[in-house]
Parts: sequence; structure tokens; C-alpha cells
Amino acid sequence: MNTKRIYAITLLLLFSFSLFANVKIGALLPLTGGVSAFGDLVRKGIDLAHEERGTVLGEKIDVVYMDTRSEKTESANGAARLIDKEGVIAIIGEVISGNSLAAAEIAEKRKIPMLTPGSTNPLVTQGKKYVSRVCFIDPVQGTALAEFAVKTLKVKKATVFTDVEQDYSVGLSNYFIERFKKYSGQVLQVQYKSGDQEFSAQLSQAISFGSDAIVVTGYYNEIALVAQQAKSLGYNGYILTGDGSDAPELLQLAGQAVEGILYFTAHYHPDARITPVSGKFADAYLKKYGIRPSTLSALGYDAYMLLVQAIENAKSKKPDAVAAAIRNIRNFQGATGVITIDANGNASKDVVIETVKNQKFTFETIISANSLK
Amino acid sequence: MTINFTIFIQNLLNGLMVGGLYALIAVGYTMVYGILGLINFAFGDIMAMGIYFAYYGATLIRLNFPFAIVFSLITTAVLGILIDRLAYKPLRNAPRISALITAIGVSFFIESFAVVFFGPNYKPFLDVLEDKTIAFQSFIIGNVYIPKIIFIILGVTAAALVVLFLIVYRTKIGMAMRAISADIPTTSLMGINVDMVIGVTFAISSALAALAGVMWALRYPSFYPYTGFVPGLKAFIAAVLGGIGSIGGAVLGGILLGVIEMMLITFFPTLMQYKDAFSFIILIIILLVKPAGLLGKRTVEKV
Repeated sequence: MNTKRIYAITLLLLFSFSLFANVKIGALLPLTGGVSAFGDLVRKGIDLAHEERGTVLGEKIDVVYMDTRSEKTESANGAARLIDKEGVIAIIGEVISGNSLAAAEIAEKRKIPMLTPGSTNPLVTQGKKYVSRVCFIDPVQGTALAEFAVKTLKVKKATVFTDVEQDYSVGLSNYFIERFKKYSGQVLQVQYKSGDQEFSAQLSQAISFGSDAIVVTGYYNEIALVAQQAKSLGYNGYILTGDGSDAPELLQLAGQAVEGILYFTAHYHPDARITPVSGKFADAYLKKYGIRPSTLSALGYDAYMLLVQAIENAKSKKPDAVAAAIRNIRNFQGATGVITIDANGNASKDVVIETVKNQKFTFETIISANSLK
Repeated sequence: MTINFTIFIQNLLNGLMVGGLYALIAVGYTMVYGILGLINFAFGDIMAMGIYFAYYGATLIRLNFPFAIVFSLITTAVLGILIDRLAYKPLRNAPRISALITAIGVSFFIESFAVVFFGPNYKPFLDVLEDKTIAFQSFIIGNVYIPKIIFIILGVTAAALVVLFLIVYRTKIGMAMRAISADIPTTSLMGINVDMVIGVTFAISSALAALAGVMWALRYPSFYPYTGFVPGLKAFIAAVLGGIGSIGGAVLGGILLGVIEMMLITFFPTLMQYKDAFSFIILIIILLVKPAGLLGKRTVEKV
């Protein structure tokens, strides 16, 4: 009888603790569905960060995971459920820009801070007060790619391949060209569409233009085909891309065609020890999961850590104060670099350049955030 | 953009290669139409399945590449017979539009089946080859790079055509096919097993699709369940351009379409993104000006 009562009281106490004392953070992720791999990677990063830093303002932090099934409507529903039912004070998520946009509408309306780890589309944070991100946006990587092309590779003539069906590609091309022309580089622009397979007409023009670099601003499948066909047409310059290359599938599809000539911008590489946290994170991750961290895990880790730091800076659990504190983060030491959140909620940080050596993505260099202004 | 001689020759060769691919696909397309009057819209998807069979033949069953191709030809031919038996045969006497709609349904079914069964991601076809660099090797003459794959594609297309002509014009089954194309009930009265001959037709045309798929995948080595969609449409345009139902017309139409597409973006680089739209404009023009196609015979429907 007595022991049962003690159990009941402890349970009740635990329950009331969880109601009143804990800080609840929502993690809105695609844990099932088409891009479930992305959600899983982010979750691994958040779990690791949560283990390392489980308390803030003297209270225990609870992470409440909510699955979006990789869908827009479920992202919006999940955000509403986290806020209304779970009573979270902030949300980390989503991963895909489209889903983040759907969830961001809800978060903005209910005035709950949202921090996305990996959505790079400028619209996600545009015009919003409560939505921010820990990754850089596309203008930043376009500019960084141009800086790297001119200063390190000494590229003078570039042919830019733009996928006219992707906003991502059109934007990236424009930002690359803008900066590249500033250094009086010569540009030839050619177009293609997602799903195109034959690039020899564009390539023969690129070659007769005398390009030192072919810039493909789209996604990995077309990048692989361009690289292969360029090689068979005798092209031996560089191939430069944005983070559209940052998928292991690229190496499978393109094989030797990208070896040693492909350079691309990325958010993170485990060998890029930009801050003391970078190394610590990479080692801890390897120890916990037995594999090297990938980009999204590092971004998930940073999103959690930056959010906790913002709560601490705000000295309050009030969503308004936390949202303001996120926007005031300066020089935060994250695993992916030194992060400063600007007035629009976008992260200003260093850009990692990677290349392919021995059929592996290899860290090449860092383009510092200061040179991108 | 100035057009110099090198670019012109280079793109002419590239156009021939693409045209050879279109021609190979168009031949299988046109064959079924010529004999049955059925536009088999699932043809591009049958071709995609041919790629999958060759890929899994080489990677899962660990066949040598040539045997993987044979494996793919046989399995795709069986698939073709199955599709005919299950989807088209029950509609043999139904209006043409019913068969056409069924073909579109078969196309969607195959695509969705491939997504569920093989996964939606791109797969690297070059895994089937021991020497993966062969896809990038070229002969160099002056400033012109001639990818070795051009010779493989054009050679296979030519060989497949010779075999096809021999079958259609020199064998009994070929004679039966031509008889069916003229008049099904009369052929049946002559004691010919019409369903068997149509089954063989589907087997041959599907095997051609598989062969075309393998060639396509050698040139464009990443493939996914919807890979057959665009080539299927292009082959349809090529077949109509040459005169649908005519094998020689399909070859002519395919090669013409490939070269025209490539020349368009050679001379008007700014129109690059409208390449596919231009192919459809060709389709519309040919239907308006010469509906029977370049080599097609104008047939009068006897009522």
C-alpha cells in the first residue's frame, strides 16, 4: 500500500515538474517520407547537443520531436500542434525550404520563435520577426564561389549553366556573375532545364569561348551529366557549383569525371575546423554514432546550441524575448562556423569550399564571411 | 556567338548521335503502330524498364555487360508480351481511343511501379561497366572531339535495323505481321494465329526498347523511373515526322529531329531553353502540312 502511494506521489511530482519547471523546445522534422534521411541527420545533431547541454536558466530542457512526413501541410499542422498542445517556447525546423515556409507562417502568427537548420531559400525568413536560420542563404554562396574562382583558381573566363526551372539556380547564377564581373571576369551564360540530359551544344560553346571554369548552379544529377559530357568533349578546366553538389549521389553518378576539377560551396565539412567547437563536435559525433557528421547534423547541432544560448541571453523563457535574443546573436561559436544572425534572421558565416579527391568530398578552404560583404 | 566550323561539325556529330538514339526508340514505337494502329504511349517506360533490367542484371545477378544486355532484351520482351495480354488484348475490338487511354494508364502504372519497387532516386548506369571511363573517351580530329559512344550508338542502330528488316520482309512471321497491318479479320481467316503474331510484335518492339534504353543510358548514365518519358515523346515526334508506321521513316525522322534540335541551339543559343518546345512545334507543323509524314503513305480509310 505504502510503496504504491510513494510511487504515485513521485509520479505526480515528476508530472508537475514536467509541466512547470522544464523548458520545452519543439523539433519539427521530416522523420518519415521522402526526405526522412534529412530529418534523421538533423535529429542526430540535436540529440548530441541535448546530451551536451541539457539545462538552461537552471531548468531541464525537453526536446519534443514532431514528424512532418516530409509534407507541407503536415509541417504547418505539426507547428500548430507543438505550439498549442505541447506548449513549446521555440521550434527548431523544418529542413526543406518549402516545408519551413509553411511552418514559418504558423510560428510567425502565434509569435513563437522558429529556427531552421538548413532552409536556404531567402523567402523563409523574409519579412518575419520570429523566424531565423543558422545556415547561409543563396546570395552568400554565389558570392563566395566567385571569390574563390577569382582569387584561388585565377579564373578569367567562366561559362555559367543556369537551370531556368529552379529559383535556386537562377539566384545563384546572378549572385555569382555579379561578383565575378566585379573582378572583370568574362562570362558566357547558357541555359538548361531540370531533367535535360544532352549538354553538348552548350558545352561546345563553353569550350570555344575558352572557359577556365564551367559554373553549374543546379542540382547534382545535371552537374554529373555536364561533367561527364564536358570530359568527353575534351574540356579540362574547372567545374564550380553551389551546395547542389553536396550529395554522395554525385560521386556515384559522375565518377571520375569530377575528380580533382570540381569545387563547390558547402555549409560544413568535418575536416573544416573553423571554431574550437567544430573539432569537439566532429569527435563527439563520431564517438556517439560511429560515423563522421554530415552537414545537416552539424546544422541541427548548431540550431539547438544557438537557441539555448539565445534563451540564456534573454534570461527568460518568454517567446518574444527569445526571438529578439536570437536576432541579437553575434559571433556565436558553432560547429559549422562563427555565426552572426542579421536583422533579417539570416546567418552570416564562413562558407566552406570542398573538392573531390580519390572519389571523396574533401575540404579545400574557407571563404570568410567578411570577404563576402 | 559566332559559329565557327569546329562548333558546326562538333554539333552536327552530336546531333547525329542524339538522332541515332531517337531513331532506335522510334523504330519500336512505329512498329506497333504500323501493325496494330495503336500508339503505345507506354513505350518510353518500357525502355526505362529495359535500363533497370540491364542494371540489375549486371549489379545484382553479376552478369557480364553483354549478357546483361541479353538478359534485359529477354525480360523486357516478356514484359511487352504481358502488357499486350493484360492491357491491350481485351481492347482489340474496342475503339482506338480506348486503347490509347489504356496505353497512357500503362505508362503511369509502370512509372509508379518503378518508383515503389526500385526507388525514386537516380541510379548510376556506369556501374554495369568494368571500365567506366569508356563513356568519356573520344577520338580527336583537329579540334573536333568525337565521343566513341557515337559509333556504338550508330552501329547498334544500324544492326538492329538490318535484323528488323530481315524479320519483317524475309520471314513467315514477318509476312504475317504485314498481313495483319493490312487487314486483321482476313488474316485470321487465312489460319494465322493473330494473337500470337501480335505477341511477337510486342516482344520485338519491347526488346528494341530495351536496346535503345541501354544505349540511352550509356550516353546519359543516370536514370530514374521517369527516364523514359522525354525520350518516349521525342521518339513519337520522330515517328510522326518520318511517317508513323514506316520503319524507314522512323529512322529518318529520328536522325532529322536530333540534328535539327542540335542545330537550333547551335545557331540560336538564346533559344536553348525552348529546345523541347521546338520539337513539339515540328510535330504541329508536320501534322498541319504533311500529316502522313515524310515517308508515310496516305491511306484512305475504307468504310
